[in-house]
Amino acid sequence: MSFTLPKVRVPYLLLFPGFAFLFTFFILPIANLAQTSTQTPIPGGDTGQYQQTFAFSNYLNAFLDNREQFARSFIYATLATVFALAIAYPLAYAIAFKSGKFKNIFLVLVVAPFFTSFLLRTIAWKQILGEEGFVVPTLRNLHVMGQSTTITSTAVAVVAGMTYNFLPFMTLPLYASLERIDPRTIEASGDLYANGITTFRRVTVPLSLPGVVAGTLLTFIPAAGDYVNASILGSPNTKMIGNVIESRYFKIVDYPTAAALSFTLMAAILILVTLYIRKAGTEELV
Amino acid sequence: MAIDPIDARGDLRLTRITKSYGDFKAVDDLSLTIPEGSFFALLGPSGCGKTTTLRMVAGLEEPTVGSIHLGDTDITTTRAYQRPINTVFQNYALFPHLTIFENIAFGLRRRGVKDVKEQVEKVLSLVELPHLAQRKPTQLSGGQQQRIALARAIVNRPALLLLDEPLGALDLKLRRQMQIELKWIQREVGLTFVHVTHDQEEAMTMADTIAVMNEGKIEQMGTPADLYDDPETAFVANFLGQSNLIKGKIEGRDGDNLVIDLFGQKISMPSARSHAVDNTLYAGIRPEKFRISRTGSTLRGNILSGGRIEDVSYIGVSTQYVVAMPWGQELMVFEQNDDGVPPFNKGEEVVISWEPNFTFALRGDEDVEAGTEVNPEEIQE
Repeated sequence: MSFTLPKVRVPYLLLFPGFAFLFTFFILPIANLAQTSTQTPIPGGDTGQYQQTFAFSNYLNAFLDNREQFARSFIYATLATVFALAIAYPLAYAIAFKSGKFKNIFLVLVVAPFFTSFLLRTIAWKQILGEEGFVVPTLRNLHVMGQSTTITSTAVAVVAGMTYNFLPFMTLPLYASLERIDPRTIEASGDLYANGITTFRRVTVPLSLPGVVAGTLLTFIPAAGDYVNASILGSPNTKMIGNVIESRYFKIVDYPTAAALSFTLMAAILILVTLYIRKAGTEELV
Repeated sequence: MAIDPIDARGDLRLTRITKSYGDFKAVDDLSLTIPEGSFFALLGPSGCGKTTTLRMVAGLEEPTVGSIHLGDTDITTTRAYQRPINTVFQNYALFPHLTIFENIAFGLRRRGVKDVKEQVEKVLSLVELPHLAQRKPTQLSGGQQQRIALARAIVNRPALLLLDEPLGALDLKLRRQMQIELKWIQREVGLTFVHVTHDQEEAMTMADTIAVMNEGKIEQMGTPADLYDDPETAFVANFLGQSNLIKGKIEGRDGDNLVIDLFGQKISMPSARSHAVDNTLYAGIRPEKFRISRTGSTLRGNILSGGRIEDVSYIGVSTQYVVAMPWGQELMVFEQNDDGVPPFNKGEEVVISWEPNFTFALRGDEDVEAGTEVNPEEIQE
């Protein structure tokens, strides 16, 4: 028996572990979820007992009952993405071009929040934005905020929490694409009669667009499906679709509705992302 | 918003320019005038300060001390985008997200020029690549990118065009072709070209005037022929071509000539070609100026006898000999293979002779090794 493998099989062998993993833990659960989404309760059965009846009306009902939470999810996610971009772009720009020998230290600081758990950090935000934190008393003293106004349990807190939690996902791809820009193209732009602002608009921004696209997707997609921020920092009035899915699954034990909502969310994100990538025209980029 | 670059034309004058990075002086008290319309080369090894000088002219660096004038206008602190100066960058620095057309149109659009399309098409046909207008830079070969970089700069008809090692990334054959083309384009458009290179052959092929730079200073400036025939320093003598430098003493004068003693043998040379400051000197003779003869031949001009052929390399157009002299020095001799005389053999006793007018002389305290070995590492980029 020979130990040399035919060359064509090598790529398949390399693919196998990943494929097996994804099949077991992604394809199969998705298929199961799809199957659950069209089930209805067994008449006279216990809570949590369902049978397959191909009730596609589950989708319509689930959507119509939760339109508000869907809309809120996309609005919050969009806001968080826009704020994260506004904060991360100057940050990534400074790290890529102006940080000199401190570059690596800054990059470590950007990912440093990952050293603690997502949940813990969100709870910390609740304290920061709470009555005993320094934000609320400071704003009250400056008369920016009314004496009885609070931040926690509002949309502001939820969006702020999401912006904070997803900031590294925005910063890192932006940094990567800014850092790749050949500084000589920036110099060439100045040499060709473009001042700083024009150079930024005509050269830096277009060349960093792949990072903008990657960063916004990495922020928007998880933000749209997020429920941790809304449940820790929000109130019943700031419920997102993720919170609905969570409560349907774990509290009400209404698996079909939860599954139908999950699929609807997935489809909505896919459609939005496709439109976005088309518009951003990433295939035009190098 | 349209940018209106300052309206300055004329000679470029650098006055006592110094550029320091900490304790290191990249450019050291350099003064230089580049006449309008010339093809000027700044030649020197890596790290000699030539690129820094170019970047200061472009406005990408500011001199620590000194001033830069274009015609009568002081542009020392003028921002790069306001200078009527364009650069062909070392690795072209084309904009990867723009088409070739838009790359070339970039400068025109920033200045709010009206007939962009017409001008871009004209310059594309000048560089003979009109069919590539809609491509992206990455789809072009190195030679094509080089021409587009040139087109992107000259389309603006700057008062000064700077070329930073423009041919460095091309292979030898393409480089030779582009040298001729660049010179042709310079005559065609009539702009002042300032060319930075470490390749002495490239500088000599293209430039009217060459300034040889070393350690932040200009060693010598002149036409290619001036520099080659009458170098003033060992660095220039060695960096431009090869030189035989023989230590000697001035014995006396004979009219316009100096009589020189080279290890006991007398030669003469025109005193005008001597840069010696006292009576010690190095006599310099280019290898192709030497003639080799068998011992006992009747010879005219300067003669050095007692040589022995140490090495022979036949390279087609010429044969290169290494001749060991009685005082232990080895001299390089290049003989044209045009006289049907069979080459000399290794070990033969020979006499070398040359026309006295071809001799040049350097100061006796020169470092004869200067410029022979070029540091391959870039000190500053």
